[in-house]
Amino acid sequence: MTKKLQSITSKLPAVVALGLILLLWFGLCESDSIPAYMLPSPVDVVSALIHDFSIIMMHARITLQEAFYGLMIGIALAFVTATLMDHFLILNQALYPIMIITQTIPTIAIAPVLVLWMGFGMAPKITLVVITTFFPITVGLLDGYKSVDRDSIDLMRAIGASRLQIFGHVKVPAAMPHFFAGLKISASYAVVGAVISEWLGGFNGLGVYMTRVKKAYAFDKMFAVIIFIVVISLLLMMVVNMIRRVSMPWIAAEKREEKK
Amino acid sequence: MEKMKGDTMALLKAEHVTKQYGGRTIIKDINIELHKGELVSLLGVSGSGKTTLFHVLSGLITPEEGKVFLEGEDITSQPGKISYMMQKDLLFPHKKIIDNVSLPLVLHGIKKKDAREKANPLFEEFGLEGTQYQYPCQLSGGMRQRAALLRTYLSSGGVALLDEPFSALDTITKSNIHRWYLDVMEHIDLATLFITHDIDEAILLSDRIYILNGSPGEIKDEIIIKEKKPRAEDFYLTDTFLEYKREIIKRM
Repeated sequence: MTKKLQSITSKLPAVVALGLILLLWFGLCESDSIPAYMLPSPVDVVSALIHDFSIIMMHARITLQEAFYGLMIGIALAFVTATLMDHFLILNQALYPIMIITQTIPTIAIAPVLVLWMGFGMAPKITLVVITTFFPITVGLLDGYKSVDRDSIDLMRAIGASRLQIFGHVKVPAAMPHFFAGLKISASYAVVGAVISEWLGGFNGLGVYMTRVKKAYAFDKMFAVIIFIVVISLLLMMVVNMIRRVSMPWIAAEKREEKK
Repeated sequence: MEKMKGDTMALLKAEHVTKQYGGRTIIKDINIELHKGELVSLLGVSGSGKTTLFHVLSGLITPEEGKVFLEGEDITSQPGKISYMMQKDLLFPHKKIIDNVSLPLVLHGIKKKDAREKANPLFEEFGLEGTQYQYPCQLSGGMRQRAALLRTYLSSGGVALLDEPFSALDTITKSNIHRWYLDVMEHIDLATLFITHDIDEAILLSDRIYILNGSPGEIKDEIIIKEKKPRAEDFYLTDTFLEYKREIIKRM
């Protein structure tokens, strides 16, 4: 069996499952089992998406801006925090439990407080994205730094490497797979985080648009936005995967060797 | 820097080295010497403190007593003076072979391009031609050991510590790499202290053998292998070899 065919057949169960769900959804709507205002037909959702595409794109531009800024700040903060926590054990002991506790607070509960403190502009949205994206990346980096073999560090010391050289040549590359695993999660969290914070106030953005169409009982449009968000999140995860592949060419070499 | 007085012959010298961990003495009053171009084995059973001694010699850990001298200069607790190859090859998976082996040069301030240029001609000598731009995962166990040896050579100031470098290899690969190693040692000027618990390997490769035994580990004996190097492939089968082996087993 060729590699291409293997790749297609491995995706087949997921495609079939998705097709069945869509078919069930379509069947339920066509049989009038569920009223249209509660569950719009997939055909109505697609036509709403096409009809409102320019409006959705206008709002998406704002949401994506918030998600992007928040994600970038989240990455920078996570890198600094994880590096400091790795260098100073006391900092790790002090901050790690706090980080865990912050993850138990629901995002939806923080959002109103942020709006109260920062107003209805971009600031509370970006802050919420930073909070949601920071944790997976920090934990990923910390695990990556810790994954370095003690012997590798001893070898570097025996060669005469400084702490900074050990960090740059050994720890950072070892943390990269963990970093990208965290980034993949964070990239999807970023969009969701921005949308949630927009629900609670603002002038533009997919979250604002969702609350407007909800109030108008235009559920086909709401479902259209949900699908749009899913597609954006999947695209972001694909972008992360592409950057990952380019940044870590040795992983592809390892996979090729495993297949031999 | 404190200069050692007296013996100027030894390239590397450990004097009265004692190391403890958690109140337990691991090695006690170790005195060893390594001369220019020599290959000396450190033979001993597991747990006799061979690796601990190497950690002291390489400067990774500080001994409770004793000093280490390199060409008369006190290098106790100073990593980076002697190259050290550990049991695993420890090639970094994210670096290409050429960057793995030239890493010591880069760490000492040489630009990556210049370090690569300096390392490149040695690939043929070490039987690694064509692997420069491959990743470690693409090399066999024997080739990885050669690459690790080349890195050790490039980081050495004429002295290398090898901690059971061939122990993970299968018998045939090991035999091939022994032959290759003896050949390459003829061309490169590298004084080597070599840990092994393989008596055959020690006799085949060494000029001298230190026997480190006991708890705490102490140098119990020193055996000189007088046979000329490079030794023939069938040296294993000679009576002389068996006499050495008998003698070592008796003394251990």
